[in-house]
Amino acid sequence: MIDQFVIPVVKILVVLNATLIGVSYMTLLERKVIAWAQSRLGPMRVGPQGVLQPIADAVKLILKEDITPRKADRWVFTAAPVISMVPALIVYAVIPFGPVVHMFGRDISLYIADVNVGLLYIVSVASVGVYGIILAGYASNSKFPLLASLRASAQLISYEVSVTLTLVSVILMSGTLSMVGIVNAQYNSRLWFGFVQPLAFVIFFIGSLAETNRAPFDLPEAEQELTGGFHTEYSGMRFALFFLAEYANMIVVSSVATTLFFGGWLRPFPNVAALHFLDVLPSWTWFLLKSFVFLYIFIWVRATLPRYRYDQLMRLGWKVLIPLAIVNLVVTGIVKVMLL
Amino acid sequence: MFDTSELVINMGPQHPSTHGVLRVVLRLDGEKVVDAEVVIGYLHRGIEKLSENRNWTQIILLTDRMDYVAAATSNVGYCETVEKLMQIEVPRRAKYVRTVLCELQRIASHCLWVGTHAMDIGAMTVFLYAFRERELILDLFEEFCGARLTYNSMRIGGLPQDIPPGWDKKVLAFCDIMDGKLDEYETLLTHNRIWLERTKGIGVIKGPEATALGLCGPALRGSGVARDVRKDEPYAAYDEMEFDVPVGMVGDTYDRYLVRMEEFRQSLRIIRQATAGIPEGPIVGKVPRLIKPVAGETYHAIESPKGELGYFIVSDGKSTNPYRFRVRPPSFCNLQALPRLVRGHLIADVVALIGSIDIVLGEVDR
Repeated sequence: MIDQFVIPVVKILVVLNATLIGVSYMTLLERKVIAWAQSRLGPMRVGPQGVLQPIADAVKLILKEDITPRKADRWVFTAAPVISMVPALIVYAVIPFGPVVHMFGRDISLYIADVNVGLLYIVSVASVGVYGIILAGYASNSKFPLLASLRASAQLISYEVSVTLTLVSVILMSGTLSMVGIVNAQYNSRLWFGFVQPLAFVIFFIGSLAETNRAPFDLPEAEQELTGGFHTEYSGMRFALFFLAEYANMIVVSSVATTLFFGGWLRPFPNVAALHFLDVLPSWTWFLLKSFVFLYIFIWVRATLPRYRYDQLMRLGWKVLIPLAIVNLVVTGIVKVMLL
Repeated sequence: MFDTSELVINMGPQHPSTHGVLRVVLRLDGEKVVDAEVVIGYLHRGIEKLSENRNWTQIILLTDRMDYVAAATSNVGYCETVEKLMQIEVPRRAKYVRTVLCELQRIASHCLWVGTHAMDIGAMTVFLYAFRERELILDLFEEFCGARLTYNSMRIGGLPQDIPPGWDKKVLAFCDIMDGKLDEYETLLTHNRIWLERTKGIGVIKGPEATALGLCGPALRGSGVARDVRKDEPYAAYDEMEFDVPVGMVGDTYDRYLVRMEEFRQSLRIIRQATAGIPEGPIVGKVPRLIKPVAGETYHAIESPKGELGYFIVSDGKSTNPYRFRVRPPSFCNLQALPRLVRGHLIADVVALIGSIDIVLGEVDR
């Protein structure tokens, strides 16, 4: 009873709440880091150093009037934010925050489920999220959001191909689709895949910037061009859901990058006994630390770079990243067959 | 086989990157701009007509409200026009201070331009960096005349007051700061691959066509025409200054960007020379107590940060206000090139091009 039901439910609750808190604090982190990059202070008013800002934002957004434009497609308009938020959250089911640990007299795994097609699950569920954006733009019945949703669909199609191709290279290395299995494979091969597959990692990272609609690929919400993009007509909490989904997706992508390329919960040099003192930090801290580095880079990039243009973005995707990803995949396959 | 129709989209007057209340009606084929129509007039306050009912000194205050990000230049332009009409000799000290103010104003205006232009293309950090330095210039202006945006900083025949003690040292110190900051902007933009892709080959316009369209200022010099009122028809103390007029080669957005970035440096060069050389002497020439020019008309142009800013004034010799007051605003003339520039480009380029011709709606509509 306890193993079957109570523990999974508790784990789900912990992960879900931690994610939502993490997502709301990502907004603060982003504002703070960008502010520091731009020699400003960022939010300082709510709580010491502005730490309560996300809570104030949430309260404000919940209290705001929730407007549905008269000419909008009411059902789709309401469903769109949910469609973009839910996939971003359920992906966490297969992300391993740590190995199986002994806690409270039981063996507890620090992941909700170890699905044997974990990676496939992530790719497929995460790609549902973009329907939220497409439907939001379509249902708004307004021109700027429509253009934004066209951009979003084109962007997603072109970048998901290259990202998925790099994932295949990782699968070739690990021989499994299970997220836990991939981390274990990195432990056994004594090398994080990021060092064996640097090209795959770079393509994955660029592709995920594009997939999460982050700068310099934030075309669907290019404020300066499309006055806010697909969420122009949204207000209140529904508007906030799109933002939360974007941040949740960033966390997902960072977690996947950590798991696939940088050893997940493993400490640096997990096989070197001399570095045993690093085990003071529990495994999940390593996971969070590594993910945090990626999140920081996401924000850093946004503070630095201008935005690509729509056609340039497509060119980069189809003419540069996908060929490179294919070459990388083929080379990986050949090396794998020749050497092993 | 399929019916396709153009999408007519209304960009502005409330839009984040039309730099005020500009309205552009775009006809789109997908994301491609087939045609654009510029609608102006949302900020019309009738400054020219108002001026005909104000006395000559009161008009200085109205010129502040035209190019509100470069108010001092408008002040200088107007005062010089009246001085030309009345043949008033301005003391050299006043001329030098005017030159310093004009060039400080040019840097402030270009700071605003580089910030918003970069922000339109998505690089938002440059915007805050540029505003940080613009703030220093506003502080200098505040020390000189007490105001930070609409300065009313000039009088017919000279200056309203002498420069405060130690002000010239602060100006020179600012020049040293600005040198380093310019490198900072250029690190973020000039060789950035995305910036190059976004600006190179966008809105190409060649010299003859640019002249025919009436482009002026950096937008014209970006097309390779070395027309600069400061060099061609020197006013204030520009004939005693040493500076170069940068020109572009291709005439695209990137060239206009480079021209303005180089103008920053040339402005600093002029400020250094002028500040070091401010002569002693009076600050106001011999101006009659009641300003009442004899009947006649005159046109005088200066080089504002946006381009050639001209005033045409008619005096009937009887009243204490102008009979006719007409402004040739550079932003207005540059704006009429926009439909020609955006045709065939994408929506994202429209905002880049609006930024690239550097308009201020207060001046377009007056």
